[in-house]
Amino acid sequence: MAEKSNTPMLDELEKGPWPSFVTQIKNEAKNKDECKDLLRLLERSYGEKIGHWKHGGIVGVMGYGGGVIGRYNDLPEEFPKIAHFHTLRVNMPTGWFYTSEALRTVCDIWEKHGSGMTNMHGSTGDIILLGTVTDELEPTFAELTENGFDLGGSGSDMRTPSGCVGPARCEWACYDTLHLTNDLTQTFQDELHRPAFPYKFKFKCAGCPNDCVASIARADMSIIGTWRDEIQIDQAEVKKYVDGGLDIHRDIYANCPTRCVTWDSKTSTLTIDDENCVKCMHCINVMPKALRPGKDRGATILLGAKAPIVEGALLSSVLVPFMKIEPPYQEIKDLVERIWEFWSEHGKNRERVGEIMQRVGLGNFLEEIEVDPIPEMVAHPRENPYVFYEEYYEEGDEDEEEEE
Amino acid sequence: MTERKTDIGPPHYEKFLPPVIKKNYGKWKYHEILKPGVMVHVAESGDKLYTVRAASPRLLGITRIRDFADLADKYCGGHLRFTSRNNVEFLLTEDSRIDELIKDLKALGHPVGGIGNAISNVVHTQGWVHCHSAATDASGVVKSVMDELCHHFTERDVPAKLRIALACCLNMCGAVHCSDIAILGIHRRPPRIEKNLNKLCEIPNVVASCPTAAIRPTIVDGVETVEIDEEKCMFCANCFSVCPALPMADALNDGVSIWVGGKVSNARTEPTFSKLAIPFLPNNPPRWPEVTGAVKNIVEVWVKGARKYERMGEFINRIGWPKFFELTGIEFSKEHIDDYRFAGLSFKRSAQLRH
Repeated sequence: MAEKSNTPMLDELEKGPWPSFVTQIKNEAKNKDECKDLLRLLERSYGEKIGHWKHGGIVGVMGYGGGVIGRYNDLPEEFPKIAHFHTLRVNMPTGWFYTSEALRTVCDIWEKHGSGMTNMHGSTGDIILLGTVTDELEPTFAELTENGFDLGGSGSDMRTPSGCVGPARCEWACYDTLHLTNDLTQTFQDELHRPAFPYKFKFKCAGCPNDCVASIARADMSIIGTWRDEIQIDQAEVKKYVDGGLDIHRDIYANCPTRCVTWDSKTSTLTIDDENCVKCMHCINVMPKALRPGKDRGATILLGAKAPIVEGALLSSVLVPFMKIEPPYQEIKDLVERIWEFWSEHGKNRERVGEIMQRVGLGNFLEEIEVDPIPEMVAHPRENPYVFYEEYYEEGDEDEEEEE
Repeated sequence: MTERKTDIGPPHYEKFLPPVIKKNYGKWKYHEILKPGVMVHVAESGDKLYTVRAASPRLLGITRIRDFADLADKYCGGHLRFTSRNNVEFLLTEDSRIDELIKDLKALGHPVGGIGNAISNVVHTQGWVHCHSAATDASGVVKSVMDELCHHFTERDVPAKLRIALACCLNMCGAVHCSDIAILGIHRRPPRIEKNLNKLCEIPNVVASCPTAAIRPTIVDGVETVEIDEEKCMFCANCFSVCPALPMADALNDGVSIWVGGKVSNARTEPTFSKLAIPFLPNNPPRWPEVTGAVKNIVEVWVKGARKYERMGEFINRIGWPKFFELTGIEFSKEHIDDYRFAGLSFKRSAQLRH
């Protein structure tokens, strides 16, 4: 008779068509006692409906302030193998491309120094090495760097920048997302590894307005590829879509936010009023063989997205409607430096850029970072008539001006 | 002794790009979805790159990652990548061995799909597996939900993309706030004040951390601590983030809320936040039947009623929120009405109603 399982609730989650995380932990538990403890602890959480992990502590590798998340369980005597179970965030290769050799290298290091459990990948994009003891942190780091890997961000620092697959495998990439992501990562290594900001700062590079890396929701600076000339049209291919059953009126026109697409069925010609096109991508998404973004490409820079903590969730808003994105990216780096300078000096503890923009007012924030206000930055001008005018004339001011 | 290396950054991505990508970098012409989970990108040169996308549970052991590496060697010259939604993608230069690869992936337990009008993989967080602030588990809920919805991952039988995300507390490491369906762990009991608070936490920091000013400094039995005006607590857990002596987790009161209609893409309509659909569902491990049932119900209402290309939020905007609550049978309650800052912006401020 088979031995009775000590994780009956988790065993239930090995059934069904979706890949099972329990199977993953069990695979590693064959070789790693800490994964046996992890399974037992998780089973206990399932029974009690509560987690058993404590707040981090300050652990890390020498000279870095980020990249390691301290983790301890609150029942160390019952689960001694995971009394310490720290996370290392390893900066992923941009675009999440790997060779089998590189993956095996990371696996070998983690087999030697940790639990063997990972997240591929964490929410910000890093390779997450999930669970090791304090004494193994420095040796793991040494072997990672020996093999060309480095840690990512954590805490109040620049977090690991991430980008979509971009020109590596997408015809819609309006700039080289991989190159920019990697360049920002390398340029700001100090900001990545040594937390010195009021709170976290995230970059995400999306190649087109489809925003496959969710930059507008998840990045303090969202760099979203776009174009400012005409959508490229291959009329013969459009006709093939129509002959194949695509209804331009129903499928394209009715979904176009500015109704800027027209179809002449007599001449089989698609016309786009590009001046009114807001680059939403819908028509291009539906007809990828027939339509492509224009040739004058760059990006819209938006600022301030974040999850709810502290003052509520925000989406990024427009800072620069269009910028050419080309190496060495000096324009964008200068802008970033000005934002960081103001935020570092005036930001409150745990205040994200999106929050300080609101606290001081976008208009004042723009003055501080030397960007002129333009209508593209707002959905509409203010409705509220209470304006904080900063100066007023006093009687006699005009005379003085004349005297000067 | 060798010199200690620091600040080298990640390995350069170019080292990991397959030759067909290096050759056609930035010169892709178009792509086509060939079947569920399989697409081809065609370059201006005429070269083709086939992508096979498979689901992963995100929480992966090194044994399975090595299996993926073996498959990459067998089919893709040793190249593979992961996606922003935790899928794994195999990159092939010819289509003759795609079915064989899919068979191998299935044998390992990884369904192929998630491209185009389908449900993609679920972005999610650590939950009880590894997080101190979790109000629910992450992996277990995702596994339970996707066991129910897996056929919408492996087939393209839904009106548009559907993106589900889960965060195990309001910190939202999973940034679920712009998802078609968001599953969000919530606390409902104000923090408990542990006796050693003054030893673990800076009291001014704790007081400043509360967005509603519910926390005040006080002295109890001669010891500095804080007091909490529980009526002002909205369970954000920001105080716990700065002070471990204010635990929020509570088995009797923690659970899950469901949010709908958010998106990040600019296609058709502008990016938007998800809105509250169900304020509270209980934690009921290991299968969370209330949560899986609720998600499945919302998906089914959308599949039945949405027009082609219409994301969840676009569908709801067309039919109106009252109709959404009617069709889903979800009860509308006081909790659905915002009462934090700028709440009035979410009130219905017109007489444009369906009767």
